Amino acid sequence: MKPGGLSGTPSHTAYHPRWYRERVSTYWWLWKWRYLKFVLRELSSVPVAYFVTLTLVQVHALSDGPQAYADFQRWMTHPVFLTLNAISFLFVLFHTVTWFNLAPRAIVVRLRGKRVPEFLIAGSNYAAWLVISAAVAWLILRS
Amino acid sequence: MAKKPIEPFLWGLFSAGGVVAALLIPVHLFLFGLAFPLGWLTPPGYESLRALASHPLARIYLFVLCSFSLFHWAHRFRYTLYDGLQIKHLNEVITVFCYGGALAGTAAAGYLLWGLR
Repeated sequence: MKPGGLSGTPSHTAYHPRWYRERVSTYWWLWKWRYLKFVLRELSSVPVAYFVTLTLVQVHALSDGPQAYADFQRWMTHPVFLTLNAISFLFVLFHTVTWFNLAPRAIVVRLRGKRVPEFLIAGSNYAAWLVISAAVAWLILRS
Repeated sequence: MAKKPIEPFLWGLFSAGGVVAALLIPVHLFLFGLAFPLGWLTPPGYESLRALASHPLARIYLFVLCSFSLFHWAHRFRYTLYDGLQIKHLNEVITVFCYGGALAGTAAAGYLLWGLR
């Protein structure tokens, strides 16, 4: 970068300017709700991975036979797993809500040259979520 | 972080996984992780659940659910460590751990679901 290149106006200095950067604390996100929300949202990926692991263990138990599956079901009633599941469920809900609320920023839909309002895009995401959740629950509960 | 040609592809997987996770994980986790163990709802019997899960379409569904969600995790977790905790000196290790983990999980999902009859 040439001196004065940032502002666009030529300035003359005898020394090359050095950019001063303050060190950012590792815990920069703790002190402001907006930043904390961002980090909590990012951390929601860990419960997602936990869920996949749980599902793969469940599939494994399903193929192993009724005894293995009964064991899996018994583990799930253990307080440790119930706590993990409850926390993970809250994190995943947080992921869903933040994801759908951001969707209108990522997907810009235009109809007859007019931008479709954000609440319609977010709303259709929530509607799809409800319909799909109901369908999945119906398939599982009816079986 | 240096931009590599693979980055848009990884971001695409992250994004697709984000949609899959947002739409599908809550209902699964609620049913199998809370509602059934706590007795709020009656869980399906072993034989019928196995029959449901081993349907070819259900196996493809579960494979997509697991694999895409893992790649979503990989990308997001990598940047959580990078931005959130500013762990920058372990960049390569973290990248290998995240995407390698997602690949290993995908392989495990494929193996388990292929064998589910």
